[in-house]
Amino acid sequence: MSDKPIFKKSDFESDQAVRWCPGCGDYAILAQTQKVFPEITTKKEDVVFISGIGCSSRFPYYMDTFGFHTIHGRAPTIASGLKVANPDLSVWIVTGDGDGFSIGGNHIIHLMRRNIDLNIMLFNNRIYGLTKGQYSPTSEQGKVTYSTPMGSLDHPFNPSKLVLGAEAGFVAKTIDRELKHLQEMIKRANAYNGASFIEIYQNCNIFNDGAFSELTDKETKSEKLLRLQDGEPMIFGPTDNKGIYLDGTNPKVVDIGKKYSVDDILVHNEKDEFIADMLSNFTSNDVFPEPIGVLYCKERATYDGLMEEQMKEAQKKDKSKKTLHDLLNAGDTWEVK
Amino acid sequence: MAKKIKFQTLDEVTIRFAGDSGDGMQLSGGRFTQTSAIVGNDLSTLPDFPAEIRAPAGSLAGVSSFQIHFSSKEIHTPGEKPDVLVAMNPAALKVHLKELIPGGILILNKNAFTPKNLKLAGYESDPTEDASLDDYYSVHYIEMSKLVTNACEGMDLPSKTIERTKNLCALGVLFWMYDRPLEPTIDWLNQKFKSKPEIIDANTRALHAGYNYGETAEITTRYVVEKASLPAGKYRNINGTLASCLGILTAAEKSQLNIAFAGYPITPASNLLHTLSNWKNFGIKTFQAEDEIAGIGVALGASYGGSLGITASSGPGIALKGEFIGLAVMTELPLVIINVQRGGPSTGLPTKTEQSDLLQALYGRNGEAPVAVIAPATPGDCYFATYEACRIAVKYMTPVMVLSDGYLVNGSEPWLIPNPDDLKDFIVKFEKENTSGEKFLPYKRDKKTLARGWAIPGTKGLEHRIGGIEKQNITGNVNYEPDNHQEMTDTRYQKIQNIVDEIDPTSIYGKKKGDLLILSWGSTHGACKSATEQLVKEKYSVGHVSVQWINPLPPDLKKILKNYKKVLIPEVNSGQFRKIIRSEFLIDAVGFNEVKGRPLNPSSIVDKAKELISE
Repeated sequence: MSDKPIFKKSDFESDQAVRWCPGCGDYAILAQTQKVFPEITTKKEDVVFISGIGCSSRFPYYMDTFGFHTIHGRAPTIASGLKVANPDLSVWIVTGDGDGFSIGGNHIIHLMRRNIDLNIMLFNNRIYGLTKGQYSPTSEQGKVTYSTPMGSLDHPFNPSKLVLGAEAGFVAKTIDRELKHLQEMIKRANAYNGASFIEIYQNCNIFNDGAFSELTDKETKSEKLLRLQDGEPMIFGPTDNKGIYLDGTNPKVVDIGKKYSVDDILVHNEKDEFIADMLSNFTSNDVFPEPIGVLYCKERATYDGLMEEQMKEAQKKDKSKKTLHDLLNAGDTWEVK
Repeated sequence: MAKKIKFQTLDEVTIRFAGDSGDGMQLSGGRFTQTSAIVGNDLSTLPDFPAEIRAPAGSLAGVSSFQIHFSSKEIHTPGEKPDVLVAMNPAALKVHLKELIPGGILILNKNAFTPKNLKLAGYESDPTEDASLDDYYSVHYIEMSKLVTNACEGMDLPSKTIERTKNLCALGVLFWMYDRPLEPTIDWLNQKFKSKPEIIDANTRALHAGYNYGETAEITTRYVVEKASLPAGKYRNINGTLASCLGILTAAEKSQLNIAFAGYPITPASNLLHTLSNWKNFGIKTFQAEDEIAGIGVALGASYGGSLGITASSGPGIALKGEFIGLAVMTELPLVIINVQRGGPSTGLPTKTEQSDLLQALYGRNGEAPVAVIAPATPGDCYFATYEACRIAVKYMTPVMVLSDGYLVNGSEPWLIPNPDDLKDFIVKFEKENTSGEKFLPYKRDKKTLARGWAIPGTKGLEHRIGGIEKQNITGNVNYEPDNHQEMTDTRYQKIQNIVDEIDPTSIYGKKKGDLLILSWGSTHGACKSATEQLVKEKYSVGHVSVQWINPLPPDLKKILKNYKKVLIPEVNSGQFRKIIRSEFLIDAVGFNEVKGRPLNPSSIVDKAKELISE
């Protein structure tokens, strides 16, 4: 949005006391969202935050916009209906790994394939927080929690990979501690015309503290984080000394300097779904760094846009200009005197 | 030599068309219905088809039927035992013969009685060969397949296609027998198969072949069923699906609201989605959701956005929607849920009718979650009940459930075409822009109705948050205080009770006071009214009341119940409404309950009523 901001951060802060645990990663996400919104909207009344159930789903109460705290896993359905009713709104779904990918998994995948023009912020902390610490569908296998004292048995989902499989057109990843990056991803999601998906790694300091510490600790993060930039080589490491090299169809982590130069390193292309698929496989993979940034961004027709077109077409095609009266009186009729 | 034909006048006739799923019996029944409507009979129909799309040809499971009851008097049910049975194959005969009245007319497609079909139907010997049927019925053995083959001789069509026209042949025989015109059917064929003249020709020939068979064969009696004297006006035939959809469209036109209908395919509710999907030119948006939960979620989301959200389903789908209905109650948004009830529990009897979701409609949610419930009485009444549901949902900012059922949506009746201007006004008031600088109060209420305002996203100054957590009255903020929860629970209850102001005085058929009141809700209306007519004719002191609003109940019902010594409540369930009436009014209401997947028979209700009166 090119208009000069007419709002400040405080205009997006509601009068409700924020009630997450002290130290929760959600605070940072809320603050960055409130900070970035004056830059992306001049019509606060058009902004709607919709959530399901869980810690992250309290988010709408704290934004001074329209907000709907719905039921567990079902925010995508309310958001879809809202966009069907009014395609002009700026709709934001806030969900968690349990809400969006366990109980609400079905809705997420269908939302992505329909490509309704809205934005999804997944707060992935890999744990159930509000119900006090059970493993979630993104928890690593073997997770010891209250419900899995001997370790969880099920293999986790990789949300970004899952939504790519569900034909998502915009997939980005970021981290609660990466403040500027988080803001940037929100702006990018907002700019995308279609269903945009941001996976945000979020630390639950009560039930899953340190789940992403490798990606946030100063000592390790440069080694473990791959910051994606469209059109730029995939370089990481403390001195930009490593990169992703494509050996045939296999990506490899290589050292830059001797055998490989920067020119050998794979260049990111947000529009390339094969690169996006490859990058999504780096997650929780010991060999590869964790990619953050826009994995994939390619526009295609939106459901709400197509629906509006179909509605217009139906009205245009309707040469007979039938009225309600005509429909009531359609078919064989007869008079009784 | 011309044969001698006798014309006999009858008050009413019930015909059942039965055949294999692929035999086109629904079509024959539908055309006979349309023609009977045009000649001015009152009528009522009951299609009955298997849940399987194409059960093995010739099998008992694959039998599909269509019953029409038509009359020169006012009638209210699709009839009980048929006077005429058309059986297109041995399986249809096997399934339906036991219902044909003794001495009834039996029309058989003789060509279908092959050893293979007989075996599939479980016949040891061919019943059309041993004359056993002739002792009990007036049987016409018609070689329909042969008749149509001869009629279509010389046409360049596959024999299979020609064979498929035999349903028109059967129809032709009946048109001759009941003295009805062929033109409406021929016009319809011309319209339906516009681009396939050879199909029009073959079917028209088959229709004539059947009619001419009547002229020339050994049938000597034709029947006349005169026009019924219905209230004056313009009529059409209508089923409950179309009536409900027209009710929705009328609501859209009168309110100027956009409609968003979201649903998931389920028998027998899917036709609502199909019908409305054709009305995009009227601005109706439809959304086929990924599941039942999404269906109602999308509808509620649309309502939140300022459209009227509507969803439809049947029992199993309604069970899945329960949590969302609770959210609609909590957030006080308009929402219409059409439940086309079918046999339950679980998957139950998907294609058969039942009234067993009443308690689910009233109580099937967690917490104190009152929902307005309205039940149409006849296929045509689906129009009025659905319109009213839409109007009340908006006026009272509440979910409203329409309790329809399989019989209502598929059954049909002549319908006095209403004038939408005669319906109650449908006024919509969205909350206006708030530039006062003062905080918007989303749970501030209308003093009379207790409805909160409809504040839709996109309206300046109305930014606010709603959700499933208990709200503070007026401000809408999250609130866990004991007294507030009590107040809000009471308010939500009272808001639904306030709908009594919208309910017209209850009309009573028959005696206004007396020995017995027959009380019905929903689609048992017809059977109960017919039973009451019979009882009144026999000088019994009986009245009939059919309630359309179930939550809240009509305010005058209490007084009416007191005017009778006994109350009988016939239902296609095990006594759910009786439970409500007994608990609400502390009266010893008696039930007549049957769950056999079909509407109740008036005669059974008459018997039960007499038994009660004589006790």
